[in-house]
Amino acid sequence: MIKVARDAWLIFQREVDLMLHNPVALAFSLAQPITYLVLFAPFLREAMSGQGATSYADAYRIYVPGLFGAMGLFGGLFAGYALLYAIRAGIIDRCRVTPLSRTGLLLGRAMRDVATIVLQAVIITIAALPFGLRVGLGYLLLSYVLLAVMALLATALSYGLAMLVRNENSLGSIVNTVGQPVSLLAGVLIPLALAPLWMQKVALWNPFAWATSGLRALFNEDLADPVVWQSLAISTVLMLGAVVWTARQFGRDVR
Amino acid sequence: MIETSDLRKSYRTGRGHKASTVDAVRGVDLKVDAREIFGFLGPNGAGKTTTLRMLATLLEPDGGTATVAGIDLLRHPERVRAQVGYVAQTSGTYDRATARQELVLQARMHGIAKAQAIELSEKALDAFHLGEFADRRVSTYSGGQKRRLDVALGVIHQPQVLFLDEPTAGLDPPTRARMWDEVRRLRELGMTIFLTTHYLDEADALCDRIAIIDHGQIVAEGTPEDLKRQISGDVVTVGLDGAQTASVEDGTVNVAAKLLRGQPYVRDLEVLDDGVRLYVDSGATAIPQVIRDLAASGVEPGTIELRRPTLDDVFLVKTGRSLEE
Repeated sequence: MIKVARDAWLIFQREVDLMLHNPVALAFSLAQPITYLVLFAPFLREAMSGQGATSYADAYRIYVPGLFGAMGLFGGLFAGYALLYAIRAGIIDRCRVTPLSRTGLLLGRAMRDVATIVLQAVIITIAALPFGLRVGLGYLLLSYVLLAVMALLATALSYGLAMLVRNENSLGSIVNTVGQPVSLLAGVLIPLALAPLWMQKVALWNPFAWATSGLRALFNEDLADPVVWQSLAISTVLMLGAVVWTARQFGRDVR
Repeated sequence: MIETSDLRKSYRTGRGHKASTVDAVRGVDLKVDAREIFGFLGPNGAGKTTTLRMLATLLEPDGGTATVAGIDLLRHPERVRAQVGYVAQTSGTYDRATARQELVLQARMHGIAKAQAIELSEKALDAFHLGEFADRRVSTYSGGQKRRLDVALGVIHQPQVLFLDEPTAGLDPPTRARMWDEVRRLRELGMTIFLTTHYLDEADALCDRIAIIDHGQIVAEGTPEDLKRQISGDVVTVGLDGAQTASVEDGTVNVAAKLLRGQPYVRDLEVLDDGVRLYVDSGATAIPQVIRDLAASGVEPGTIELRRPTLDDVFLVKTGRSLEE
């Protein structure tokens, strides 16, 4: 267990180090979320008024968690591409021939993807403050934790899928075909509370819907809402399952 | 040092009703002694890389057993990993890292503490002449420099066995020669080297013993000299491309083969795409007879070559195909 953590940290350090020395890649990964925020900002108060938002602060409390949900889901699902690139480049094999824990290798890389997503969320939070976002620090930190778990679930799934299909085209097809409905059924754009009943029932099976609702509750500073701990529990359990499933594939054949 | 028994690996390819099984490795028995340079020679797709990857613990065998450095490969692959190094055909280095960073990372992946890892990487930079550009990005290195780094990474933990997959593929002749010297130097340091190659000259010049593999099975094994000696005498290759037409007329090769096979001076004969290869006792006396006998039947040889047997002839005799086809 300790070896897994140590090895994951080693790989995580190397991956983050390379990313920090690559300002272009960093800028690109930040561009999209910031764009969403800046472009939607002027409309938000009007757009969210239908959901009871009477101020910018209200509007952001509804919109930003949804944005985080989308980032966690899609950011994670697309992480498989980087893994395929690393496999083709021979990096994964080189690591697998060493005594490095294969689960540690997987987690180290996944944590790099998750850290990127959380960092993007932090930057969006900071950027949204002047636009009127108001959330207590404790709730904010807890929401980052929930976001991290959700992103790790999506990343682990993406890695597992990537190793199953082995090529970027198939991965892209699956991610796009599955990602869209899953994200819409998670209430990322519009809260599920406004969706028809049948949709809400279907969303009960969507862990990302739970996570997004949990994020919204946290942004509403409503710790008493059961959906907060429910979403954390569901996301964590599924995340662990996904990690175990993917780690087993890492241990067997990668090419 | 390495021993395998009936090693097997199959792949499923295609999907649904088009799925089929490819038997990449079909029962490979090998024995490699310590401090030997052992070569696995065969055409592309023969199963060399698959066997290598199984021995390097990257693939799980479907059948058979193996021990590497005395460790049971199937039961304790993680222990095998500490004792072997692996240099793949594709580099496996991070483009945007430096040689120094890569060496340190490699050492740490082997569980070596940071301070000692830095020390080892300094020594490796020296030993492999990477010092000059140790702090430049790997993406700026030439093919030869990258390959040297790959080997340095493979041996930084001083393994007992080093696996090399096509170590000189894509390198120019002087770099190939330097790589061969490097391999010999590593053997002097006490390592056992297992390499795959499709180059005859590499198998001949570099390897102490070789195994020739085709379609997942070993067809010949021994020292290069022993194998070539199995084919005694000379090799006469008759090219039947017409001097004027520069292509072989239909049936000419078969006519020539039928005619020459029965001749008393021909010990053995193999049919090629564009001619025939004759195994004779003495090429000097055989050639005039070949020309006479062919001419008498109206077949005009385009070219005639005389040489000593090579490993390609060994391959040809055992499999009916030329390695160079």
